[in-house]
Amino acid sequence: MTHSFVLAGPAAETTRLVAYWILAILAVAAALGMVLARKAVHCAMLLAVVMLSLAVMYAMLGAPFLAFVQVIVYTGAVLMLFLFVLMIVGISAADSIIETIRGQRLWAALAGIAMLVLLSLVVGHAVIGPAAPSGAQFGNANVSDLAHLIFTRYLYPFEITSALLIVAAVGAMVLAHRERTKPKPTQRELAARRVATGRPTPLPGPGTYAQHNAVDMPALLPDGTQSELSVSHVLSGQRAAPGSATAVGGGQPEINGGPRAHAGAPATDEPQEPQEPASPSGRDAGDEQW
Amino acid sequence: MVTPAHFIGLAVILFVIGAVGVLVRRNAIVVFMCVELMLNACNLAFLAFARMHGGLDGQVIAFFVMVVAAAEVVVGLAILTAIFRARRSASVDDANLMKY
Repeated sequence: MTHSFVLAGPAAETTRLVAYWILAILAVAAALGMVLARKAVHCAMLLAVVMLSLAVMYAMLGAPFLAFVQVIVYTGAVLMLFLFVLMIVGISAADSIIETIRGQRLWAALAGIAMLVLLSLVVGHAVIGPAAPSGAQFGNANVSDLAHLIFTRYLYPFEITSALLIVAAVGAMVLAHRERTKPKPTQRELAARRVATGRPTPLPGPGTYAQHNAVDMPALLPDGTQSELSVSHVLSGQRAAPGSATAVGGGQPEINGGPRAHAGAPATDEPQEPQEPASPSGRDAGDEQW
Repeated sequence: MVTPAHFIGLAVILFVIGAVGVLVRRNAIVVFMCVELMLNACNLAFLAFARMHGGLDGQVIAFFVMVVAAAEVVVGLAILTAIFRARRSASVDDANLMKY
């Protein structure tokens, strides 16, 4: 079995060149898009594109083991961790366009250009030779040779790495742990809190009474109006005004007595009492707004 | 013919893009992603130099960089969730209690 990851021959060289340029353009475009995209989830997806193209490049560079580690660890684990945290921290989070530091973007762009020039000069002055003749260490024997290196010459750093991983795991548990400062609310308290919000029933489901049951279609109320309450504010693209956790529910007529109907106030009243710690339903998550 | 210089050039470009992203973005999670991009660019340079020299030491270093990056992401994201829980924001501008 003489199959190797390292291609040889003139046709293979052309293939490698074409593959390199496709991947390079893809990676740079995705990286630029990651910096420019406003939504954090789009950034994560574009980062996945960059990482996968880099994984193929690792394979082209004679590192099949690291190419798979890149796919499994980076794209599989690290990026999924990013996405989990994004779901916790608020999927609707988009960067605001307002600059808090005046001229920050301009200066950052200038610094980036300066850095690019500097690094290009350094790399241009260095003598980067051609690739060494490809031996078995860049092909079939890559994994075993890497293992040999790790467990002989780099044994001590490798052991320290294990200590680092344990410390990181314990640190993450300590940091993400939350002490319960108040006793857990009982079911009776939860029920009382829910009745006190003025809406004891669950929120209407999206599109139940309309033509579609897609989650982004607002449900039709019996009087023909659309219930904005039935669509998650993340999907409808609206943001509640800051400080009013109940603003998602404000502003549309509700039949069976929303909070305003009981209060006797017009629907466009100012936001009412401050935010409840626990939202009566999972969808009306005032927690996600900022 | 693809030489290691090609990969070094790409690594430089990706590193600069990541650095600009760290400077520009204000969502802390996206800042983390840009740091990851910079680490990946460094790994690409390590692998290109390993290919140029014909040894595997660069690949071992890149492997260690990956491990350290994974640990860094775990701790960093835990800190982020803790900050978000306390301050309801993931923007780097809102964590300014120690300013002045």
